[in-house]
Amino acid sequence: MNLLSDFFLAKAAFIGIVFAITLGIAAYSTYFERKIAAFMQDRIGPDRAGPFGILQPLADAVKMFMKEDFIPANSNKWLFIAGPCLSMLTALMTSAVVPFGDTVTIGGITFDLQGIDVNIGILWVFGIVSLGVYGILIGGWASNNKYSLLGAIRAASQNISYELAMGLAIIAILLFSGSLSTKAIVEGQQNGHWNIFYQPLGFIIFLICAFAECNRTPFDLPECETELIGGYHTEYSSMKLGFYLFAEYINMFISGAVMATLYFGGYDYPGIEFVTAQFGNNIAVFVGMGALIGKALLFVFVFMWVRWTLPRFRYDQLMGLGWATLIPLSMYNVVVTAFGILIGKPFTAGIVGVVLLIGGLLIHDQLFVKKKIA
Amino acid sequence: MKLSNRTKVMEQGEMTLAERMYLPAIVGGMATTLKHFFSKPVTIRYPEQKRYLGPIFRGQHILKKDEEGAERCTACGLCAVACPAEAISMVAAERKSGEEKLYREEKYAKVYEVNMLRCIFCGLCEEACPKEAIFLRHDTMVPVFNSRDEVIYGKDKLVEKMDHRYLREGWK
Repeated sequence: MNLLSDFFLAKAAFIGIVFAITLGIAAYSTYFERKIAAFMQDRIGPDRAGPFGILQPLADAVKMFMKEDFIPANSNKWLFIAGPCLSMLTALMTSAVVPFGDTVTIGGITFDLQGIDVNIGILWVFGIVSLGVYGILIGGWASNNKYSLLGAIRAASQNISYELAMGLAIIAILLFSGSLSTKAIVEGQQNGHWNIFYQPLGFIIFLICAFAECNRTPFDLPECETELIGGYHTEYSSMKLGFYLFAEYINMFISGAVMATLYFGGYDYPGIEFVTAQFGNNIAVFVGMGALIGKALLFVFVFMWVRWTLPRFRYDQLMGLGWATLIPLSMYNVVVTAFGILIGKPFTAGIVGVVLLIGGLLIHDQLFVKKKIA
Repeated sequence: MKLSNRTKVMEQGEMTLAERMYLPAIVGGMATTLKHFFSKPVTIRYPEQKRYLGPIFRGQHILKKDEEGAERCTACGLCAVACPAEAISMVAAERKSGEEKLYREEKYAKVYEVNMLRCIFCGLCEEACPKEAIFLRHDTMVPVFNSRDEVIYGKDKLVEKMDHRYLREGWK
């Protein structure tokens, strides 16, 4: 019984820490988004609140709380409130299965640095990410505003379209690991055998789909300001709007962590044996946790980098890319990966697969595509 | 046939493979933004940092004194006549004996006022002045004012201080 309560306490503490890290990173993502945007446009960015403006998220939070919390008269009030809550809830729930580190032993008790190691880990991620659409859909519908509804419909159809390609990209990963558990996937990639080397095509597909799932530019059609005056959160104000924006940043961080888990070896880092031999297992594991968060933050940077580089897709281009390009590509990827595992040379198969694909496209181009005259 | 041979005919054919894959163009664009990410910002933090606006910028007015510290203005009123915004007004007075150190000419401006809400900083007063007495300084802007009492600048604000003289490029 004592062991059980210890176990729960440890889990609760760990989940609390993960929440704190996630929320802190999400808060500071808003600051870094603005800073990165400024640097990429040769500006300085927010620098008034505290040194280098590092208190800006605090000021933003105060602003969000002080604003009038407005609910439109003709909206469905309960659903209007439920929308941002659901968005936030689903954004935070995904982190439960991300393995932040290996096991550490403190005071004779072994802790697992993971919220919960279920044998359907990656399905859990998928289920929760799909639920995330409901937050947007409910919010957009409850606003009783045609722009909100259009944004919500776009979000729903976009997420459903890109989940298919994303799932097929993950199937190739599952062929390697033979397990749905995120822990098993990471353990299969230890010592530098990261999936990115075996699955370059799969990673690109997953990355593009992650952009679409997070509603980030170039796929931020649900909230495009120019067409839909903010999309599904047009009618929201105060902290309800803050929840939506927060959920977006949490989703970015979590999808970065999921990408690091699936393709970049999770908490694996070069020189792990050296650190273990020098400083002991616990330190090595915590450095690994830092490595995972670092990888996730790198993806957050890529998300922002792309946002300030690319313009938005048109809606038919978005759907065309999803259904006509990414799904066939990911099917091809699954076949190539399966063939590579069958002949026992997954690395060669991955490279040859990409080369064959580009070669085939080139030949198709030469034969069937009309050339430019000038 | 053609007016010049510089016309470039743009034929809209099918896109090439690299163009249709988007990815090379995306990588190129990201390289551009990354280059700017590490380049120096062009921002000037205005109230703390100020840009040099050039030797002929027309800022706040100044009533010059000569080397001995006597006011150059003789209250001829040509600046007020030249002023298209009617921002300048003055009251002339005769110089008493013993005031030669204070005023260069026999007549001087007892009151000299510039209404900074009216002034359009055109510099015509500067051009009209025969005594080289009024200038628009290139290094100081008229500060922001919050009430109408601060708008009219009298001689206390306009006359040059001898311990803080105004010099322009090219002046001796």
